[in-house]
Amino acid sequence: MSTSTENTRTLVIERVFPHTPEKLWRALTESPLVAQWLLKNDFAPTIGHKFQFRSEPMPQWDGVIDCEVLVVDPLKQLSYSWNALGLESVVLFTLAPTQGGTHLRMEHSGFRADQQTAYNGANYGWQKFLGGLERVLAGEMQ
Amino acid sequence: MKAAHANHVFRALADPTRRSIFEELSLRGEQTVHALTRYAGVSQPAVSKHLTVLKRAKLVRHRREGRETHYRAQPDALAPMVDWLHHYGTFWSDKFDRLEALLERMEP
Repeated sequence: MSTSTENTRTLVIERVFPHTPEKLWRALTESPLVAQWLLKNDFAPTIGHKFQFRSEPMPQWDGVIDCEVLVVDPLKQLSYSWNALGLESVVLFTLAPTQGGTHLRMEHSGFRADQQTAYNGANYGWQKFLGGLERVLAGEMQ
Repeated sequence: MKAAHANHVFRALADPTRRSIFEELSLRGEQTVHALTRYAGVSQPAVSKHLTVLKRAKLVRHRREGRETHYRAQPDALAPMVDWLHHYGTFWSDKFDRLEALLERMEP
């Protein structure tokens, strides 16, 4: 289990690919290419475009992930919301050229920034809840 | 992730009042509906309704003692939420492997 609240909210995966940012960008933004490595989709690299990823259906879940394009900064950044199983999250890809390749950083954060704001007005926010969750589970395991 | 159960847990905790009731029970232990009603600041029927949803998601258990019903948290039921990170960790590293393979296949 993660030890900090931050880890509970954000998953980070980084890898250097021996390919140009241009090629990586195509793999991240051309729908048929995205389908080859990620999931079937109707993605288009346009801010505000709503699309779906379709994964294998499971009992009581149709496998549909509802998304909306949030950031398109060619060769640099791509971000979309990712809403599955009632949990809204955001996926952010950041590309940086390295010697002979491209560094790709993927951040998948559990909660959207605007959602945090929305819940701050409520008497109890998700952020605070997850912080508390860590403590609850830590206590339970001792 | 067991989708059916995860769905119940996520939906049960999607409501701020229910989250608050659940954490109150987690931190302070067993409590009566009366005590929870005072804490939540909503009507007792509303609290009972929230507790029913939490019960369905197996997030709380109850027992009756005289005229009072006591509730306590079942933190084990949170496993799907913790699994969420684990689930996506595996998901994305698998997808990155596929991305690497795709880049090899693509024209330069």
